[in-house]
Amino acid sequence: MLHIVVCVKQVPDSREIRIDPKTNTLIRQGVPAIANFYDMHGLEEALRIKERHGAVITVVCMGPPPAEKSLKQCISLGADRAVLVTDRGFAGADTLATSYVLGLTIAKVAAEFGAVDIVFCGKQTLDGDTGQVGPGVACRLDLEQLTYVYKVESIDRANNRITVHRLLEDGVEVISTRMPVLITALKEMNTVRRAPLPGMIKAATYKPVIWTTQDFPGLDRSKIGLKGSPTIVAKTWVPEQKHVDTEMVEGQTPREQADILVEKLWATELPGKFGWHLKQEV
Amino acid sequence: MGEETQASMQDMPDWSAYRGVMIVIEQRAGTAKKVSWQLLGEGRKLADKLEVDLLAVVIGHEVAHLAEEAIGYGADRVYCCDSSELKDYRTRPYSRVVLKIIHDVKPEIVLFGATATGRDLAGAIATHLPTGLTADCTILDVEPHPSRLLLASRPAFSEKMLATILCKQYRPQMATARAGVFEALPFDPLRGGQILPVPSQMSEAEIDAQVLRFMEATDHFNLEEAEVIVAGGRGLNGPEPFKLLEELAEALGGVVGASRAAVDAGWIDHKHQVGQTGYTVRPKLYIAVGISGAVQHLVGMQNSDLIIAINRDRDAPIFKVANYGIVGDLFQIVPALVQAVQEKKKVPGGRVQPEPQEVAE
Repeated sequence: MLHIVVCVKQVPDSREIRIDPKTNTLIRQGVPAIANFYDMHGLEEALRIKERHGAVITVVCMGPPPAEKSLKQCISLGADRAVLVTDRGFAGADTLATSYVLGLTIAKVAAEFGAVDIVFCGKQTLDGDTGQVGPGVACRLDLEQLTYVYKVESIDRANNRITVHRLLEDGVEVISTRMPVLITALKEMNTVRRAPLPGMIKAATYKPVIWTTQDFPGLDRSKIGLKGSPTIVAKTWVPEQKHVDTEMVEGQTPREQADILVEKLWATELPGKFGWHLKQEV
Repeated sequence: MGEETQASMQDMPDWSAYRGVMIVIEQRAGTAKKVSWQLLGEGRKLADKLEVDLLAVVIGHEVAHLAEEAIGYGADRVYCCDSSELKDYRTRPYSRVVLKIIHDVKPEIVLFGATATGRDLAGAIATHLPTGLTADCTILDVEPHPSRLLLASRPAFSEKMLATILCKQYRPQMATARAGVFEALPFDPLRGGQILPVPSQMSEAEIDAQVLRFMEATDHFNLEEAEVIVAGGRGLNGPEPFKLLEELAEALGGVVGASRAAVDAGWIDHKHQVGQTGYTVRPKLYIAVGISGAVQHLVGMQNSDLIIAINRDRDAPIFKVANYGIVGDLFQIVPALVQAVQEKKKVPGGRVQPEPQEVAE
């Protein structure tokens, strides 16, 4: 049986965060905490692999105790086990410190619950937006790494290989590698299912496994939390709204408006830059 | 700023062994990505401010010409690793080469394009070293000697804020930077520089990953790299009118974008979506057609150089960020614009940039 680990982060829904125009600070109040949706596409793919090949799915999350909510959501969807790694010592971690703790966590999951074949992460988180934790975890565990995956084409158990499609800026790459592997999931990968009623009932009483710093005997405290984070946020600011003096193009007919606008356009550097009329001249 | 620098110096180790700004060039089949030359342009400024060399790393198979090109785009020294097993990007063999170069050369700053490949590679390397890595920067600067800190700024919270990130305790300082934000230097074929060969670090037999095939995007559609975007929104009322936008985009050498409303309605594919949950773009020219300008859309396009808005509603928020606005019926104005542009293009007298005149001796 395959053992799949899915990394899930609970994040403030940054799409809902607003800036207070008076103080230029973030309004965090009332912003819902959600499971990072890219991660949920990873879970969905794990569930589909489970249905096709048979698998045990362990979901891991590093975060404060309320993150239990997202883990319960994963259980309701069909994950078999959830682990919450939570400790004040882990707080303030950047991507390097996060990948250290997630690496230790997945190693411990493998030691206690069986060797891991596939790790899923989301392509990035909604709040961090870096896409760095997936490659970081792969590096920590010395796993093969397949990022920006939107399709798992096949899993070859006999040869222990997996073939996926990666979506890049300039096309699609089909790549095969050995397992264990870490995959980062795109939202184009699948449509996340709704939780079935039995799943919701199971999740209601489910208690995730809780690990703190005490549960990792070899933990290097200089590598976790704020202390273990090389990057420092020096300042944040709200970019000034560019003040634009809008010129309204008036005219009697649409054609007249169009002509006036084109004259304005041709008075800029753009025609020269793009060679809009060079073709006719050469 | 002076005081701030003093304070920031106190808790910093001695990094004098690390010097130079390094750009990792991304290529496919012997053609470099635009973002790589853009980063050389920006890296040149940083290197000059720090009074160090600008270094480039070229990895691939039959890529010697890219090393030459990198010099033409501003690099002083190029580390070139050319080997058959490096033809396609694969994380392990590529990251081993970059790690070897970083260990030997000790640059103080290493920059990658914030592309799928750049992020994949940078994430692996930063963890290996280890060092700090800042993602997706849109502003790069350095503090002068002695602190020499990289000031890596990036959007945060769905583009609503900017954050400046520092890395004091580790070297090199690393960042990925967004395509289309920085400007490449004009190519100078006469520029001099040094090319240093680097051996490959893995043999094919040691590499597990196999690229089976690459299906190049046939339409070469890349919203983020487009310099002209004609975007449509709810006002289009259906998928058909996007054909009008295509005509205008084609006349101006651009591509078609869309608001979330148009994508959610199923009128056009998500890859065209501008704004939150879509792409952030900053083309030279952005024409918003039938887009009211919800905040979610504005954050994705308001940094475009020139913005033209066409909308029925004079009070639409899109006009607040537009340089030129036309109030009216897009179904009449867009075809009129297509015609006006096509006719104007035929007039040679428009306003052609004069050829630079060579000064006679």
